Amino acid sequence: MNLVENVRLAFASLFANKMRAILTMLGIIIGIGSVIGIMTMGDSLSGYMSSTMQDMGTNNVTISIQERTENDRRAGAGNREMQMSQQMLAQMMGGQTTLTEKDLITEAMLANVREKFNDIIDFISVSNSVGSGSTTDGRKYANLSLMGVSVDYVEANNIDMKAGQFIGERDISGSKKVAVVSDKLVEKMFGQADPLGKQIFLSTDTHSGTYTIVGVYWYSQDMMSISISSDNNLSTNVYIPLSTANKITGSDGSQSVTIVTKAGSDSAAFADDVANYFNDIFYVRNQDFRISAFSMESMLESMTEMLATLQIAISAIAAISLLVGGIGVMNIMLVSITERTREIGTRKALGATNGEIRTQFIIEAVIICLVGGLIGIAAGIGLGAIGASLLGFPAHASVFAILLASGFSTVIGLFFGYYPANKAAKMDPIDALRYE
Amino acid sequence: MKTIIDMQEITKSYFIGHPNEFKALNDVNIRIGEGEFVAVIGESGSGKSTLMNIMGALDRPTEGKYYLDGIDVGQEKDHALSGIRNRKIGFVFQTFNLIPRMSALRNVELPMAYARVPGRRRAERARQLLEIVGMKDRMSHQPNELSGGQKQRVAIARAMANNPAIILADEPTGALDSTTGHLVMDIFHKLHEEEGKTIILITHSRELAGETERIITLRDGAVIAELAGSGKQGRTA
Repeated sequence: MNLVENVRLAFASLFANKMRAILTMLGIIIGIGSVIGIMTMGDSLSGYMSSTMQDMGTNNVTISIQERTENDRRAGAGNREMQMSQQMLAQMMGGQTTLTEKDLITEAMLANVREKFNDIIDFISVSNSVGSGSTTDGRKYANLSLMGVSVDYVEANNIDMKAGQFIGERDISGSKKVAVVSDKLVEKMFGQADPLGKQIFLSTDTHSGTYTIVGVYWYSQDMMSISISSDNNLSTNVYIPLSTANKITGSDGSQSVTIVTKAGSDSAAFADDVANYFNDIFYVRNQDFRISAFSMESMLESMTEMLATLQIAISAIAAISLLVGGIGVMNIMLVSITERTREIGTRKALGATNGEIRTQFIIEAVIICLVGGLIGIAAGIGLGAIGASLLGFPAHASVFAILLASGFSTVIGLFFGYYPANKAAKMDPIDALRYE
Repeated sequence: MKTIIDMQEITKSYFIGHPNEFKALNDVNIRIGEGEFVAVIGESGSGKSTLMNIMGALDRPTEGKYYLDGIDVGQEKDHALSGIRNRKIGFVFQTFNLIPRMSALRNVELPMAYARVPGRRRAERARQLLEIVGMKDRMSHQPNELSGGQKQRVAIARAMANNPAIILADEPTGALDSTTGHLVMDIFHKLHEEEGKTIILITHSRELAGETERIITLRDGAVIAELAGSGKQGRTA
């Protein structure tokens, strides 16, 4: 009696009792389905997150100004997470101190940092947000967010140019009124016409002016706009020279700067070093603000970790469902063996050994679990894909989870099938043949 | 004539050491030669079933020796007994005992599958056997699509699968009407005459036993008579 015949036999007996087989499988289907569903959603989310962050650049370290907490003022540097949560608390309670010109990160500071960490820093990208607004030519209309940027911004943020040039050194030194716009904005405002060299009227709450389009970049949806974006009122960035923006806002410093480290350098360690450097040299006497830095890499790591923990927790709950499903399988196998006592007796009379009878029923239990598992995997991927698309990111089935689930259902079959199969194997052939 | 079954002083006791201990078989001696067609008859409670179980290597005697085709079956382990049943004995049951949801062909193949005969040869032999019992046209039918007589013919083909030393038939016509019963008996006669099979028929029917060559009568666990039968010609109805 070989494996193929046993498998065929197992399917034959499943088909003979379809309703019973489906009900038995239900526990396994629900258990496996929910694990796979959660895993698919989690993987889709983390896959999407890491690809977005990859786009933003894993070598990026973001430097930003943060308000000091009470604790901070007294004790100096402490636990960073604690500081962050305390800061959030302080913000919620409304105890915010206004940022003034003297608190901002200046060009001089950046020049100093660049010199100090010359072997790690690839380039520094500075931006200054003017505000959100819109552009219109009377008939057509598009939302935008106006941003002053340095030359390196294009590299640091992996902006992909479609046509023309990004903001250059000359634009900055001359504080020119030039703009780089997204392909989406071009599509809306200019249709198929070539936008390069065209004038565009941009207006925000505090500023309005006419700019010349010098470049078009490919728009890519980022993390922040996952669910708010619809094509109709999509707001895209319009980049203008940093110096031009500084003039508008009347400020020479920045609230946040992105430093791109050289490939292969430890950006997480660099983030700590650069934050300490800023705080020790430039912000040591600042009572209200300090500098914090985080790397994309460490952020990605901690988010992935968080997701993995969540997945494990949900999988543990699903494991309970699988346990219940397994007990259901064992129960049905015991019923089936009782019903088929005479068959077992006959098989023994025809020369089946105890081992062969045991194998036959274990395989039957494994087939029930495996078929249930496969249905569960299909259902789980379906649900996960629906969930992922509802949340607005591309679905991504977890191969690892599928393999794990198939393996796990087999193990459940083996474990819960063994006892009934062994009971069948140990039946006395004479009693079994006489069973009514 | 070669001896196929040699039972020496076989005793089977139940409830040993208890006050209700009893001997289902008591000092039974039976010898059956190759190619014989023998009937074992007796009232219910005479020890027929116990004798059949021991003869069929489904059970072990409490005392005595049992040689089947030269093998000492007496005290073999379960695993070895399975092998003996598989290769040396072909069972035919009163209730047919075909495996449901398996075609006639697959049912006949089953003992060969347990004997690890390769698939192709199995199917070929099963087809031949079904042809011998006149079931060639219904090979792919499942047991629930067959009549009682047809089922028993498939069961006989299955009993022949591994070319066993003996065919052990326990009331093979018990669940059939007399006409169908005669048809089934005809197959046994055919196997006996044409294939030279050793057949042991266990029955309570004197009429059926009369069709065999030798009749062993059991009462209260002991052989009380051994008579010659009149063979196929002895059929009364």
